[in-house]
Amino acid sequence: MKFIELKNVNKVYKNGVTALADVSVGIDKGEFVFVIGLTASGKSTFIKMLYREEKPTKGTVMVGGLNVGKIRNGRVYKLRRKIGIVFQDFKLLPKLTVFENVAFALECVGLKDKEIRPKVLSALERVGLKDKVRSFPGELSGGEQQRVCIARAIVNEPKLLVCDEPTGNLDPDTSKEIMKVIEGINRDLGTTIIMATHDRDIVNRMKKRVLLIDHGVLAGDYAKGSYKTHEGS
Amino acid sequence: MRKEVTKHMRAVRIFIRSIRDAIKSVFRNFSLSFASIMCTTITLILVSVALICAVNIENATKSIEDELNIVVYLSKDVTEEEINNIRSDISSQDNVEEVTFKSKTEWKLEMSDYNDTFETVLNYLDENPLMDSFIVKVREVEHLSDTAEYIATISKVDTVKYGEGMVDSMVSAFNVIEKIVVVIVIALIIVTAFLISNTIKLTIFSRRSAIEIMRLVGASNITIKLPFIIEGFIIGVIGAIIPICITIYGYVILYSTLNGHVFSNMIVLIKPYNFVFWVSLVLLVLGAVVGMLGSLKAVRKYLKI
Repeated sequence: MKFIELKNVNKVYKNGVTALADVSVGIDKGEFVFVIGLTASGKSTFIKMLYREEKPTKGTVMVGGLNVGKIRNGRVYKLRRKIGIVFQDFKLLPKLTVFENVAFALECVGLKDKEIRPKVLSALERVGLKDKVRSFPGELSGGEQQRVCIARAIVNEPKLLVCDEPTGNLDPDTSKEIMKVIEGINRDLGTTIIMATHDRDIVNRMKKRVLLIDHGVLAGDYAKGSYKTHEGS
Repeated sequence: MRKEVTKHMRAVRIFIRSIRDAIKSVFRNFSLSFASIMCTTITLILVSVALICAVNIENATKSIEDELNIVVYLSKDVTEEEINNIRSDISSQDNVEEVTFKSKTEWKLEMSDYNDTFETVLNYLDENPLMDSFIVKVREVEHLSDTAEYIATISKVDTVKYGEGMVDSMVSAFNVIEKIVVVIVIALIIVTAFLISNTIKLTIFSRRSAIEIMRLVGASNITIKLPFIIEGFIIGVIGAIIPICITIYGYVILYSTLNGHVFSNMIVLIKPYNFVFWVSLVLLVLGAVVGMLGSLKAVRKYLKI
């Protein structure tokens, strides 16, 4: 069985909009996959389904052996602890320092302070922010804030890192830096990475597996390096 | 076994952190916390006043009811045997709890003790002008007049006295007031819960992003709720401090100013000690529970997905 497996997944929102139609795909452990598509193509729904922000209307979504659609509200945290999530808008707490923001993820799980400290520091070291430990998010640049978000996502040592347009708010140079960090996590820690993006440069340059979603349908599954940008994607 | 222990340790740590976060958040969002505390304070003061009134009224009604007796005066020509018959007739009534005989000699002594003039007058007369009597204690004050009317029909009974009219209306007025006060207390408690829940909803609204992030990084629902519940508890307890002070000092001062009774000697106030502490305890528990429930209600809304 694949690490992530979607079988005939449909998603229809309450207002009648079909976001995904009959999507089936499998992703192996340690893979790096881009999910691309236009705005409102359904790629965000695809991503959100992986961490159960959305439930499939039909079909099954399996992540690391858990049937995501069947998890009860009160048990969602069990899935979330296995997944790191990186957002376009960072979602940092402005009143906490960089260290506290990253530690937050471990405190919620109930780890000892003694265990938390080294984990947070090593996560911050990985994203290159060890010297900004005491800063507040408001004092950081966009790229640095995104690094904090990544550090928070990986501090729990998840098997899967889900990134929803992590470079959407960043300039090209900063985006490159962020992608280096994410690629490093994939390479060094063996973390499976699924990243939604509409940044063609990144997709072209990195030559990874690409899933193209168009109007809710899986329009293309390009193996590593075989994807070439074409019109409209 | 080891796994169990670490699980418990985690729960304890989460609990301790929740307390820390709750205290922090009460002070970080002080203006909003202050609003919640103030509304708790005001409503708890009202609850306290209403509660003190209710318990005092209840107490006064009871003591007045206890004092209510029917005094039955017997004819002057009554014989020893007739006295016994009348006694057994009165005792056989359902509503009669106790019948005590009080002879005219006892009345004379009592009145002589009470006033010197009486003594002189009574001693001047050859014959005791007073009448033998029964003092009848009833079970239910509501049926006092019925019982009195029946006793009046027994032969050789001269007059029957009880606080006609005035007593009836006072007792029923007290009953009505007591019911109104109970309704007010309950209404105030509901209003407090509602107000606290709404003010806490405001503080939570300002922190919904924190809740969202907690959910996303894998905090369990109880981990998310706990700080807010503790926060509600803290707000409720702080909000109860001023009402408790007002209750204790206010009631003690009121009691000593009024010398322990209102309007007349009939309505006696409850002694302040122990009573004020009970009321304070009720206020404290009420503040804490209502605070916790209010914030639980508020945070629930943000945990549904």
